[in-house]
Amino acid sequence: MNILVNGEPKTLPDQATLADLIIQMELTGKRIAVEVNAEIVPRSQHGETHLNENDQVEIVHAIGGG
Amino acid sequence: MTDSIKNDDLLTIAGKSYQSRLLVGTGKYKDLAETRLAIEASGAEIVTVAVRRTNIGQNPDEPNLLDVITPDKYTILPNTAGCFTAEDAVRTCRLARELLDGHNLVKLEVLGDQKTLYPDMEETLKAMKTLISDGFDVMVYCNDDPIAAKKLEDMGACAIMPLGSLIGSGLGILNPHNIRIIMESANIPVLVDAGVGTASDAAIAMEMGCEAVLMNTAIAGAKDPVLMASAMRKAIEAGREAYRAGRMPRKKYASASSPLDGLIG
Repeated sequence: MNILVNGEPKTLPDQATLADLIIQMELTGKRIAVEVNAEIVPRSQHGETHLNENDQVEIVHAIGGG
Repeated sequence: MTDSIKNDDLLTIAGKSYQSRLLVGTGKYKDLAETRLAIEASGAEIVTVAVRRTNIGQNPDEPNLLDVITPDKYTILPNTAGCFTAEDAVRTCRLARELLDGHNLVKLEVLGDQKTLYPDMEETLKAMKTLISDGFDVMVYCNDDPIAAKKLEDMGACAIMPLGSLIGSGLGILNPHNIRIIMESANIPVLVDAGVGTASDAAIAMEMGCEAVLMNTAIAGAKDPVLMASAMRKAIEAGREAYRAGRMPRKKYASASSPLDGLIG
């Protein structure tokens, strides 16, 4: 399936979960927050959240700012 | 003696008390090592951070800001810097809460344009309403308008943070009269956020009676940020003590410090 991650296209196997995406992106264990189609998916639900064709995923983290 | 003065003069925000009245940002530093050293030198306990997209393809071993400025040591204050609409600001706060495991304290700022980064109060008030009903504790960046400040307090802000001057300008406090009016009617902490350029600006804010000051560029943009962080810490402490001590009245003419009696001749 094709999805958008932070605005960039990405191809994932069908049935992939959010946790699979996070593993693929080597972000496991990192302090991140994730939205799928503008809805926050709590960390505890990453494993059970299946992604679908054309989903828009946003992954954010904290950076320096004032 | 000094410690006892500090211990009973705490800054309280959203029910939590702090020794330090200097809040600092984490932007514009050379690297994370400099960020850490400057923040340690500042003595700040509340540290603001931005929330941004994780770079795809970034080196996964690269340290994260929150690995250096850790939430167990500092109160992390996520901000909505860079948001130009209420909707984006609310979305950023919700992501920040997830990022920080349910932590509700945020710094709201909704900006009007890129050139001035001046607060858009209409959008700020709109975002404020949603955030309060969502259970956030909101410290809010605003213009130095006493009416807007009062509205934000009435809506449930936990601190009002008027600008001293434009973000990153280093021009100091351009309208101290308005900040005084805001402080007079506020029942929640008033902080100067933005505009501080050097230590004397921070001291002036504190001497006026501000509860605290939030700054970033004044430290990060100094030639030696770690030394400036230390200077700011002292300026904030000195300004606060001077405010509490109560300054002498201004007089038009001289008043001799030495007694005039017993002069020779």
